[in-house]
Amino acid sequence: MAYLEFKNITKVFGSVVANSDVSFTVEKGHIHALLGENGAGKSTLMNILYGLSSPTNGEIFLDGKKLRIKSPGQAIAAGIGMVHQHFMLVPTLSVIENVMLGYKEFGKFSLNLKQAVRRFTGLAEKYGMPLDPYEIVGNLSIGQQQRLEILKALFRNSRLLILDEPTAVLTPQETNKLFELLHKLTENGLTIIFITHKLGEVMDICDRCTVLRNGRVAANLSISEISGHEELAALMVGKHIDLVTHKREAAPGDPVLMVNGLRYTDKQGVARLKDIDLSVRAGEIVGVAGVDGNGQSELVKCILGLLKPDAGSVTVDGSDVTGKRPKEVLGHGVAHIPEDRYKMAMVKELTISENMILMSYDKAPFSKHGVLDRKTIDGYSEEICKQYEVKTPSVKELAGRLSGGNQQKFVVGRELDRKAKLIIAVYPDRGLDIGTTKYIQSRLVEERDRGAAVLLLSTELDEIMELSDTILVLHDGHIMAQIPQKEAKRETIGLLMAGVRNDEGKGENE
Amino acid sequence: MEGFLSSAIRMATPLLIAGLGLVFSASAGIVNIGTEGFMLLGALMGCAGSYWTGSAFLGALIAMVSTMLFSAVFAFFVLNMRADQTVVGAAINIFASGLTITLNRIIFKGVPVLAAYDPVDIPLLSEIPVIGVLFRQSVVCYLAFLAVPLAWYVMKKTHIGLEVRSVGENPRASDTLGIDVNGTRWWTILLSGLFSGLAGSYMSLGQLSFFTEGMVSGKGFMALAVVVLGCYSPLGVLGASLVFGAGMALQFRLQAANTGIPYQIITMLPYLITLLAVCGFVRGSRSPAASGVPYTKE
Repeated sequence: MAYLEFKNITKVFGSVVANSDVSFTVEKGHIHALLGENGAGKSTLMNILYGLSSPTNGEIFLDGKKLRIKSPGQAIAAGIGMVHQHFMLVPTLSVIENVMLGYKEFGKFSLNLKQAVRRFTGLAEKYGMPLDPYEIVGNLSIGQQQRLEILKALFRNSRLLILDEPTAVLTPQETNKLFELLHKLTENGLTIIFITHKLGEVMDICDRCTVLRNGRVAANLSISEISGHEELAALMVGKHIDLVTHKREAAPGDPVLMVNGLRYTDKQGVARLKDIDLSVRAGEIVGVAGVDGNGQSELVKCILGLLKPDAGSVTVDGSDVTGKRPKEVLGHGVAHIPEDRYKMAMVKELTISENMILMSYDKAPFSKHGVLDRKTIDGYSEEICKQYEVKTPSVKELAGRLSGGNQQKFVVGRELDRKAKLIIAVYPDRGLDIGTTKYIQSRLVEERDRGAAVLLLSTELDEIMELSDTILVLHDGHIMAQIPQKEAKRETIGLLMAGVRNDEGKGENE
Repeated sequence: MEGFLSSAIRMATPLLIAGLGLVFSASAGIVNIGTEGFMLLGALMGCAGSYWTGSAFLGALIAMVSTMLFSAVFAFFVLNMRADQTVVGAAINIFASGLTITLNRIIFKGVPVLAAYDPVDIPLLSEIPVIGVLFRQSVVCYLAFLAVPLAWYVMKKTHIGLEVRSVGENPRASDTLGIDVNGTRWWTILLSGLFSGLAGSYMSLGQLSFFTEGMVSGKGFMALAVVVLGCYSPLGVLGASLVFGAGMALQFRLQAANTGIPYQIITMLPYLITLLAVCGFVRGSRSPAASGVPYTKE
């Protein structure tokens, strides 16, 4: 008998059908992959399982018993644990306080932290994930925070773990460590639902997979039945897609972006950038690999004038723009796809049309004598939306109402349409599905071929390795290495991302 | 010296009481500038209760219950209607100011004689020279100081406290762990109403024995500052209210001492400290991440 069974789950939001008649089973002790493009209904289904929303129709059976879950509290009580993509931790509290939050088995009133610490350390040692129970969570690395999330679920005796894109934030080494842990968990009888966009991971560690497409089950098969990545991708998208980005040899010209001796120290007095030198030539993609939080964001902000560097210079297309205002920097022919579209790229409360001209509202043809020409603006927006396949009822729709993928598409469209000399793309396809990702990647290559200099920052090593002509590895504010694409090896870069330099066989950890 | 200590304690007590309530709501992410209005209502209702029943403690009870009901209005708008906390707080203050003036004129004709919070001497301790004055205070004052370790224990060592702190820092995470975010915020606001009511009644029944219009004069804001200065911890609130209390007592002294400094400058001192504290000049104290942000489920 199956351990977990979804039976005819249907979920309707207003007129949108998010899940339609979804039925499949998950076996005990399996790692079961749940695949699908954005908006395919994965999150909706998992939210139903975890009690964050309730199905319009259908039932779920766990271990032969029908589940009646109306809140996450009940899901936890039923032995279901979820590790969200954005960790659900309170950074100001200690590790053990985070573990105990909402856990009342040791007493309804008092926390009984001593007892909790004993149980926690026992669990952590059993699975080889030592963590100091009194450390403040904000001081933990991303990998440690993820381990804490998993321990939190184990602490609550979870028998079924849902992992939502767990590897998105990890270095290759941390990913391997996670996979080892997952195997240990399944050996101990746990069942894991693994949501991911990375096809390689599915093939490597999962036992079965279910593919959702447009809210329906498109396929449900054992990994051994799958011939390869291409087949999986085709199942997800519904048509064959080319997984390799085709790219000619780069023909670089003159340097467009030159960064020399850039240093930046943040308000807390932490040195974020330590003497950064880099240059990007016309017709070349320079990829910056690194784990999130190693200075990527500060580097980009210093180049764009959003932060003032302590020392060093930034030159764009021959002009020194160090410390200039962002609008001036962008005026030198710079396009920017920011890391966080809600904070920087768009205004949720404005329409798509209005968002399209955020940088050019004061220029013809969008405005004449200080008055906006709505017709021209709408026409232009419609064109971009069509070209970049932005799904929206109208360009007058509020930007905040689009799905994340569609928001990213119009931002990318807006930036790439400016025919910039320098394109700074920060995680351009974060949270996007395979189809869209491939499209954006090939557009970046096209821009390169047109003669633009492209600075690409990504935490996805595969993306960096595939697209970049030159790869830089950023760790703790240092450029650890500069490697031409042909010489790049996953393992070496992975170690560099973790701060380990492998010269003379001895590792150096800064 | 004795006089200074005694007045410092009496000045610190209402800040301590209101601050202990506010520590909970502020930690849960509520910025309640309506505290000023809460305390004003508490001050009036304490007098009214004492006037009607002839008992100061029944007066305190009436002050607490009526202010708590008043705080429910704030909670409803802020949590259920998801209105801006500062705007609602400001409205509460303006409303309380008008309401207490009106009620004051309706309830009291002339200046009534009221049962007040009488000092209770603690045997032996109250006879110690100089610091003995600390043990010749009212019951309310003793209770306020005794409540500090209790509040500290609840905040740091129990589920209730942990939930309050996490709701203020990361409401979404708390929600996914089965914690009722708005429920937690509701009761912390009611609690702060209850405490503010008592604090207000201490000002009217413990310090003056009568109500005057606008008598809270910024003590509600000072209570907010006390919470910030005390780093959102009950022990910190105790320390900060003593600092403020001493500051105010000192200001009275300086006024009487004829220092040549214009008294207007001297009376400004406690408010200046408040301003500095609230503007975040206090290093090491940071407000909860979700302060002032309404929580919506997806």
